[in-house]
Amino acid sequence: MDKMPRWADIVLIPVFSLVLAFLLSGLVIVAIGEDPVAAVKLMVTGALGSTYGWGYTLYYATNFLFTGLAFAVANHARLFNIGAEGQATLGGLGVAFVCLAIPWPHWALALPAAIIGGALFGAAWAFLPAWLQAKRGSHIVITTIMFNFIGASLLNYMLVNVMRPTGSMDPATARFPPGAHLPTLHDLLAVFGIPFSKAAPANISFLVAIAACVLVWLLIWRTRLGYEIRAQGHSEPAAVYAGIRPVRIVVLAMLISGALAGCMAVNNVMGEAERLVLNAVEGAGFIGIAVALMGRSHPFGVFLAAILFGFLYQGGAELALWTTIPRELIVVIQALVILFTGALDNMVRMPLEKLFLSMRKGRG
Amino acid sequence: MSLITKILGTAAAVAIGAGAALAEPAMIYDLGGKFDKSFNEAAFGGAERWSEETGGSYREIELQSEAQREQALRRFAEAGLNPIVMAGFAFGSVLEEVAPDYPDTKFQIIDMVVEADNVRSLVFSEHEGSYLVGMMAAMASETGTVGFVGGMDIPLIRKFACGYVQGVMAANPDATVIQNMTGTTPAAWNDPVKGGELTRAQISQGADVIYAAAGGTGVGVLQTAADEDILSIGVDSNQNYLHPGQVLTSMVKRVDVAVYDAFKAGPDLETGVFVLGLAEGGVDYAVDEHNEDLLTEEMIAAVEDAKAKIIAGELVVHDYMSDNTCPVK
Repeated sequence: MDKMPRWADIVLIPVFSLVLAFLLSGLVIVAIGEDPVAAVKLMVTGALGSTYGWGYTLYYATNFLFTGLAFAVANHARLFNIGAEGQATLGGLGVAFVCLAIPWPHWALALPAAIIGGALFGAAWAFLPAWLQAKRGSHIVITTIMFNFIGASLLNYMLVNVMRPTGSMDPATARFPPGAHLPTLHDLLAVFGIPFSKAAPANISFLVAIAACVLVWLLIWRTRLGYEIRAQGHSEPAAVYAGIRPVRIVVLAMLISGALAGCMAVNNVMGEAERLVLNAVEGAGFIGIAVALMGRSHPFGVFLAAILFGFLYQGGAELALWTTIPRELIVVIQALVILFTGALDNMVRMPLEKLFLSMRKGRG
Repeated sequence: MSLITKILGTAAAVAIGAGAALAEPAMIYDLGGKFDKSFNEAAFGGAERWSEETGGSYREIELQSEAQREQALRRFAEAGLNPIVMAGFAFGSVLEEVAPDYPDTKFQIIDMVVEADNVRSLVFSEHEGSYLVGMMAAMASETGTVGFVGGMDIPLIRKFACGYVQGVMAANPDATVIQNMTGTTPAAWNDPVKGGELTRAQISQGADVIYAAAGGTGVGVLQTAADEDILSIGVDSNQNYLHPGQVLTSMVKRVDVAVYDAFKAGPDLETGVFVLGLAEGGVDYAVDEHNEDLLTEEMIAAVEDAKAKIIAGELVVHDYMSDNTCPVK
């Protein structure tokens, strides 16, 4: 077997990629005349040094957890779902409809309803690309990208023409009723007497996201459908030979994927903004791809990668607040990490693999 | 654990204490970014002028995402920065929530009214300034057709348009005004290509003076107007210098003065709702070396006359936002 040990694949390569990305980011910061050590310190203390920082880190991480899981599920069937952005946008619409439909008496009732609303809309948005892929062979990458744009335009139309309160200048819905306000981590931890920053937006949907991780793990590795999804992903002819119907699997995997992406809206629309604004997803759908690739499509890996990206986002915000590093360069730093962990995976993998092989030969 | 918490707590308290002692002011730009050559850049200009004159320093942030609105406000307030100035109506709903949590911090919001004890709300009488540049447009036009390119289609921009049309009609009752909005979303503030296309379309319909009230999109309007050799009118900042001799004038909205005054007042900033019109010098038309050759004496006399009448209250320009209708089309 000319393969690396599993631990190296899972741990070593991501860590190596990260270190490289941070070194390069350091060079970028030096190049504009700032102190890279101070910048990293600021990022770490800003994102992880207080409950306030954690609150934001976990808030961003929750978004990435949902979209990362969405990509991971589709990826197990070798479907490259690049449309989590659009599915989460539509999920936002679903959540907003649910929250504004009736004056909810308590969040415990509103939350499950909103999850269903977001999941239904997200899944519906994934259905057509899935069906086109399964029946007509239209490539899912192309169709889901197109659906991102259609979703953005649809949201645009709904907010500007239908859901905007009269007289308001902002293209956004009205605020959700108080009964639809989700408890934040501050409220939840206060029950146990643990102090947590009140200002941070992390809320109960973080727990929903963790539950989703467990459910996805159960689905993929402990159910018949999960087995079929993985079989389809490894080899369609073999799956057909085993009596698996590819059309059904492709559509189901994409529906689950879309539903997970749609659930993201519970966090950002219902938990944070408490109203639906334009561009509420803000690229989390695309970050989800990097998160899932880095996490090797395993829920636990996705969890760790989502926390990392949450840290990058919150750390980046702190840099923007307290240094003169312009916002474009903060995006560059975030992009470098994505580039190294996602796209340039092979650049690190191949030399490492060679290294391992030569070590093994030396021993043998 | 408790020791660490204590140390961290003390460190935080020291940091906050230091911030409060300095009481630096803070500036938050909207998503358009501080170099939009228009609204945000005017705010930046005011902050810079304060910094140069007093030697003081200030904090600033250009937002990257919606979620950062609340984050930036809270972080700056917690760090003891005072006053905190934000440019743009989109901060309204966030500020309503945040302001009561920091009663010792003064906030200033531009273009929006937020009712709170520690908030200074500044709104400008853009319809009055637009009225004046509308008169100038009508008098400078040879075809009798003038244009208006708005940014995002919101009541605020319709207020610009309505004032402009009233001015045009006052100077030339037979004139035609072509109006276009760039879009219905915030992206319309930063789409110079579409601004250029709209300008070309209006030129083909006979317009020879075009007023852009569209933030960064206006850069494309002014550029196309200059390329096609017609006149344009800038907005917010004085944009006459962008194309010397081809920008008739600019409807300046003194966002820079608003920021400068707030920074200068520091933590003693007076709160409440303030309307800045022609009388207060909040809006005006710009005359400088780049456009003085374009303006005739007759034009200046007429506009100055109207300005004096508006200030004296003899002439009332209808404000679109007072009833969401415009008496002239």
